[in-house]
Amino acid sequence: MLTATKAIEQPKSYLTDGYGLKSWLLTSDHKRIAILYLISITFFFFIGGLFAAMIRLELATPAGDLLESDVYNKMFTMHGIVMVFFFLIPSIPATLGNFLIPPMVGAKDLAFPKINLLSWYIYVLGGIFTLYVLLTGGVDTGWTFYTPFSTSYSNTYVMAAAVGVFISGFSSILTGLNFIVTIHRMRAPGLTWFRLPLFVWANYATSMIQILGTPVIAVTILLVALERGLHIGVFDPALGGDPVLFQHLFWFYSHPAVYIMILPSMGVVSEIISTFSRKKPFGYTFIAFSSVAIAVFGFLVWGHHLFVSSQSVYAGMVFSILSYIVAIPSAIKVFNWTATMYKGSISLSTPMLYSIGFIGLFTIGGLTGLFLASLGMNVHLTDTYFVIAHFHYVMVGGAIMGYLSGLHFWWPKITGRMYPVVWSKVAAVLIFLGFNLTFFPQFILGFLGMPRRYHVYPPEFQVYNVLSSAGATILGLGYIIPFVYFMWSLKKGKLAGPNPWGATGLEWQIPSPPPTENFEVTPVITGEAYEYHAQEVVEVG
Amino acid sequence: MDWNFLPIFPHSASNFAPQVDSLYAYLVLVSAFFSILIAILIVTFAIKFRRKSETEIPAPVDEHSTGGMILEITWSVIPLLLSLVMFGWGAIIFFDESKPPSDAMEIWVTGKQWMWKVQHLEGTREINELHVPVNRNIRLTLTSEDVIHDFYVPAFRTKTDVVPGRYTTEWFRPTKVGQYHLFCAEYCGTKHSGMVGTIYVMDPAEYDAWLTSGTNVGSMAQKGEALFQQLGCATCHTSDGKGRCPNLAGVWGTKVELRGGSAALVDASYVRESIVNPLAKIVNGYDPIMPTFQGLVTEDQIQQLIEYVRSIGPKQPGPPPAIAKPGETPAKLTPVLGQPQK
Repeated sequence: MLTATKAIEQPKSYLTDGYGLKSWLLTSDHKRIAILYLISITFFFFIGGLFAAMIRLELATPAGDLLESDVYNKMFTMHGIVMVFFFLIPSIPATLGNFLIPPMVGAKDLAFPKINLLSWYIYVLGGIFTLYVLLTGGVDTGWTFYTPFSTSYSNTYVMAAAVGVFISGFSSILTGLNFIVTIHRMRAPGLTWFRLPLFVWANYATSMIQILGTPVIAVTILLVALERGLHIGVFDPALGGDPVLFQHLFWFYSHPAVYIMILPSMGVVSEIISTFSRKKPFGYTFIAFSSVAIAVFGFLVWGHHLFVSSQSVYAGMVFSILSYIVAIPSAIKVFNWTATMYKGSISLSTPMLYSIGFIGLFTIGGLTGLFLASLGMNVHLTDTYFVIAHFHYVMVGGAIMGYLSGLHFWWPKITGRMYPVVWSKVAAVLIFLGFNLTFFPQFILGFLGMPRRYHVYPPEFQVYNVLSSAGATILGLGYIIPFVYFMWSLKKGKLAGPNPWGATGLEWQIPSPPPTENFEVTPVITGEAYEYHAQEVVEVG
Repeated sequence: MDWNFLPIFPHSASNFAPQVDSLYAYLVLVSAFFSILIAILIVTFAIKFRRKSETEIPAPVDEHSTGGMILEITWSVIPLLLSLVMFGWGAIIFFDESKPPSDAMEIWVTGKQWMWKVQHLEGTREINELHVPVNRNIRLTLTSEDVIHDFYVPAFRTKTDVVPGRYTTEWFRPTKVGQYHLFCAEYCGTKHSGMVGTIYVMDPAEYDAWLTSGTNVGSMAQKGEALFQQLGCATCHTSDGKGRCPNLAGVWGTKVELRGGSAALVDASYVRESIVNPLAKIVNGYDPIMPTFQGLVTEDQIQQLIEYVRSIGPKQPGPPPAIAKPGETPAKLTPVLGQPQK
């Protein structure tokens, strides 16, 4: 039985097309590059998680009794840098996007396979700089690198950390470029724009932000380096610079970067809600265009990070109203996902559980964004734990839930194996509960006035901090379980077959794991996406 | 059971606190309504439309029908309208927060790693403490000696970045006697979380007693005048108007004509700039001969010099506000009354 299985499975998969390290490190197959990325970002996810664990452990008591202040400051800085630049930004595009966009558009690979491999090497190089910073003593500027602290006052490894972020940006630009060209030029015959899966639309919008926004952060970091290294006055008033200018430049990229993290997750959720409701996403065109609207308007709201920075009152008003406008496309998506489930055939498989979790957490993340966009409210809440809670609801509750949702959805496609049903559902529920226990109390903490980045805090804030730290323990456990069963499934998992969920995308019409060239014959598309037909599928999850 | 160990509202001790809390209540209500609505819909759908058989294919919904379009418009427009209320409400409070009333009491605050330094006009100084009388409008003018800090009083619901090289303002009217947290809310290095202090809101009589209890060596303006002599300012800025530099008596709050035809309002920011970067704005008819005093005077001393220039300003109708708000042309500012000198 076992040998028979192997005989069926092995001949044509991308996993068996060449063995040995060299076949992986010199590959130009988008699927193998996706796996390289998957391994690297998982590594950085657990590093970043370790810092988070240290932070929550320290904050269990009001006194600074576990870490020195300097060490604590480095912990939250490294947590932010690693999670944002080395996990969240590459997460879905570089793994699931890399793996799935070519088959979803009916192509054999991305437009520039070698540039795709180059982007991974650039990412690794940036990662090595960051690891160097970690191992030699860290950096303490916060992931936001605010000047003049970062340029003239911090005595830590700001330059090396900045170089790491600078380098990794190019990997992001190259991935975005590759996706845009692929989606424009390599769609199969008949695959018009409005027949594309919503995951492709979402990644297209993300790619636009990546290639338009990332150069700005690159230039900004370069200016920080020039001021720090050569004392050329740009941001430090003592050198004739303007410290608030840095914040404008930084958030011009870093606010859209939030959409780099969340848009691909929205794409994943659109696929999954449809598949497990067996219905075409309600308002396909609205969901598709709302991704583009978010990408465009996302570039016009950076000033809402600067309401109390001495920015002009009138600029504050413009940025406030634009921030409300950018919230509407997100609301449209949430309503459309919910409507998709109406009169569907709903299966609560693991990916669906994660996607429903995503909707719940992202809704709270989005709604609390409305608090922060309101000027008078923002003055009280900005730079407190309310902001921390808000963006973790968006980036962890949103982006990571979406990522895990997608990973569980396409894992059978990527590896050809299923993971254990019960364990995966237990982990999904643990993550959802642990997440809420960790971050919901932080909303209250923030409203009560606890500032962010505080190593020591007044004792009256302790109860909520203990709740939060307790939640973090559950959340951490929740993240380890999938890691274990995914590893287990590689050898021991049930064989998945080409389409275990009865999904409609082109990627489900090829074997699992797919052959190197994806399609033997380029498919010709004659119908819309998401047309569910009665098919003989046995659902495994 | 005593639920005080799980507070959900911070102390409320300023004119802004009730306004901000009402807005907060509105935001919480709207958010709770939509979160619960979505949760109920999803759970209901997941139960009611659960998959009955593996081969079940639900009938596709015709979303291009009028009904679908109406839904899309409804769930775009209603959230937009609710959002616009949030915008307007928040903007009104913010606008109020950015306009210190003309009768506000002036206090100077300087942030540095990792402490707050306060100067009262009367000359009293404090560190990591700020004493203010209850029910008086207070205006803080803030700057930093090093990195960006942020002056945050949760009980007042106010917060302003304290930026090196410029002045920002924050105003409030304390409404309740008591002691409140002062936090630095902008990350500023190692002891950021130690850059905290206490705001003492006092009865006016107690405040007056506190103010006169210290060992004062003169008001800020008097100290400024001494500096004015000591630093040699007076040798050029002579009071007879015949010196090599402009006579500073009576210029506070007026507009001076600059080289090249533009004009500048003489306020705190202008005086500060003229001290640290004198060549930035040259008064018409004078030569650019003044050296910079950057590094030679501290932020505290600059504040004293500013108060001196203010004190020799015109008596009527009174000096204008200490600084123009960012983004406004100074001409729009309304003059404020001078502070009663002790």
